[in-house]
Amino acid sequence: MNQIAPNSYRTGPDEKGLFGIYGGRFVAETLMPLILDLQKAYDEAKADPTFQAELDGFLEHYVGRPSPLYFAERLTEHLGGAKIYFKREDLNHTGAHKINNVMGQILLARRMGKTRIIAETGAGQHGVATATACARFGLKCIVYMGEVDIERQKPNVFRMKLLGAEVVPALSGSRTLKDALNEALRDWVANVEDTFYCIGTVAGPHPYPEMVRDFQCIIGNETKKQMHRHEGRLPDSLIAAIGGGSNAMGLFHPFLDDPSVEIYGVEAAGSGVDTGKHAASITGGRPGVLHGNRTYILMDDDGQITEAHSISAGLDYPGIGPEHAWLNDTKRVSYVSATDKEALEAFQLCCQLEGIIPALEPSHALAHAMKLAPTKPKDHLMVICMSGRGDKDIFTVADHLGVKL
Amino acid sequence: MTTRIDQRFADLKKEGRAALVTFVTAGDPDYATSLEIIKGLPMAGADIIEFGMPFTDPMADGPAIQEAGLRALHAGQTLIKTLDLVRDFRKSDDRTPVVLMGYYNPIYIHGVERFLKDAKAAGVDGLIIVDLPPEEDEELCLPAIKAGLNFIRLATPTTDDKRAPTVLRNTSGFVYYVSVLGITGTKAPDLKSVEQNVTRLKGHTKLPIAVGFGVKTAEQARSIAKSADGVVVGSALVNAVKTSLKAGKATPETAKAVHRLVSEIAQGVRS
Repeated sequence: MNQIAPNSYRTGPDEKGLFGIYGGRFVAETLMPLILDLQKAYDEAKADPTFQAELDGFLEHYVGRPSPLYFAERLTEHLGGAKIYFKREDLNHTGAHKINNVMGQILLARRMGKTRIIAETGAGQHGVATATACARFGLKCIVYMGEVDIERQKPNVFRMKLLGAEVVPALSGSRTLKDALNEALRDWVANVEDTFYCIGTVAGPHPYPEMVRDFQCIIGNETKKQMHRHEGRLPDSLIAAIGGGSNAMGLFHPFLDDPSVEIYGVEAAGSGVDTGKHAASITGGRPGVLHGNRTYILMDDDGQITEAHSISAGLDYPGIGPEHAWLNDTKRVSYVSATDKEALEAFQLCCQLEGIIPALEPSHALAHAMKLAPTKPKDHLMVICMSGRGDKDIFTVADHLGVKL
Repeated sequence: MTTRIDQRFADLKKEGRAALVTFVTAGDPDYATSLEIIKGLPMAGADIIEFGMPFTDPMADGPAIQEAGLRALHAGQTLIKTLDLVRDFRKSDDRTPVVLMGYYNPIYIHGVERFLKDAKAAGVDGLIIVDLPPEEDEELCLPAIKAGLNFIRLATPTTDDKRAPTVLRNTSGFVYYVSVLGITGTKAPDLKSVEQNVTRLKGHTKLPIAVGFGVKTAEQARSIAKSADGVVVGSALVNAVKTSLKAGKATPETAKAVHRLVSEIAQGVRS
């Protein structure tokens, strides 16, 4: 691709919601007025200092921010190269980065006078975060979750129910995250008056990719300040796992215009990208239109969406946020992948060396760090987004290791 | 430019009655039966054929049409085969308008220019693409108009007077009024609000207005035909396909069951 690098990588999307050719508003007409309303409400909230102040208050006292930037000393020694830091999103309330975005969207929903919140979830982390915020504000909460994911993420399903949410199984198609998203969109079309759709990642129709990114940028903004405090300079590389890509976008975006920072997004390669059983939309997919946006998607030659496969339910999605698609084409970010097997190895290594049980999602980022860190000098500062904790995954991991609990 | 759709609505206006628009999914339950179904639709009383292009992720469709799409895909249906079906249909019927309804991705992957050329050549008259609102007109709507195909837009209960001109701007052929807030084939339309909304939309356009989503009986069709220029029946026909199947396969009853229901509803529209 013969493109001239833009002056800034941080100005998107344009007024049509496009990042290059990606993004847009590919939705049914019924939803169009709602999306335009949401955009207006979000633009107003963004410009209102009381909104930001309210959000900051909840992020500090309810979510527990700022999350630490932790020097992973033993992992660094073990790998023998780059100096590795973890951005500890696993220490947030509800155990993952998802709550950052949810607090923002729920405060916006309240501002818009919406009383019924719907969400989709894969691993259940976004569902739990949404159920949590809804409980906190007394809002009705309905979470759509693929029947297959309900089976493999039982603890999170029970958590959501404890928090008062209704968990509705998505029974159509592949019965995973993409189908949960379809069901949520169908619900929204039928309940336009009182319902706010709280999307969990940087995908969907404009303005969601932008809005979710903005709410997640606190990850990168804090990292920048913390790294200055620890080391007096910028990091040299960033690594984050990508399903839809919200933790990655949150970490990456504040660094996009710092050309010295290498950035790596790690997709889930499942059994291997060449096996057809994977969730690597950029590595193994192509540009298409699904769920309201144009982006890289896994599909067949007829344009039918194919199923994603990953050990991690949170990465098991056949698409990726449109801004990632653009950052791939402009080559600002390198998109790589890690297999189930590599993620499992990284998971165990992190438990043993750092006393941190990572979620399977950031285990993919750790897996890439295991390849990359040894090739870097000791003064190379590497940040891995520890996007969530792994308590929810111990059953899956035990199963793969052949351990009976 | 006059298409088969424009001609058909003009003819029906002279007859003084509304059009019956019938939706079935292309390739459901298999290619041969699907062809048999559409071939018999005009005789059964269909004035316009709406042909669903199967897609794995139909976000505006209810369970009936979702399942029909999956049945067709499992039987090997593709976009190319859907165009083949239209071409086969045209061998014996050059007058009944055919509208393809579906989602953008399979068209985008086929290639917009190539698709428009192939569709036109196969005998397609119009397109309804659910996930292309007016904000995305440059993608397919404007090229389709240029290629001589009607681009039929959905108007919905959320299309207020402020939004209506945007929705209607590049619409041609007819306007498809979605009578319920929701997905296809689930809720029954509130006939009074349908009438009000059709009247309201007529203040914005001279195009014929067809009403669909949730129309299942001759009685509903009769009431809607009083205020609208057309009535769309979809999920009910797709359900007729489903109940006629044995072990997921077509039976000699499949096409007949669809045609019988169409005749019944056609009586409603014509009375």
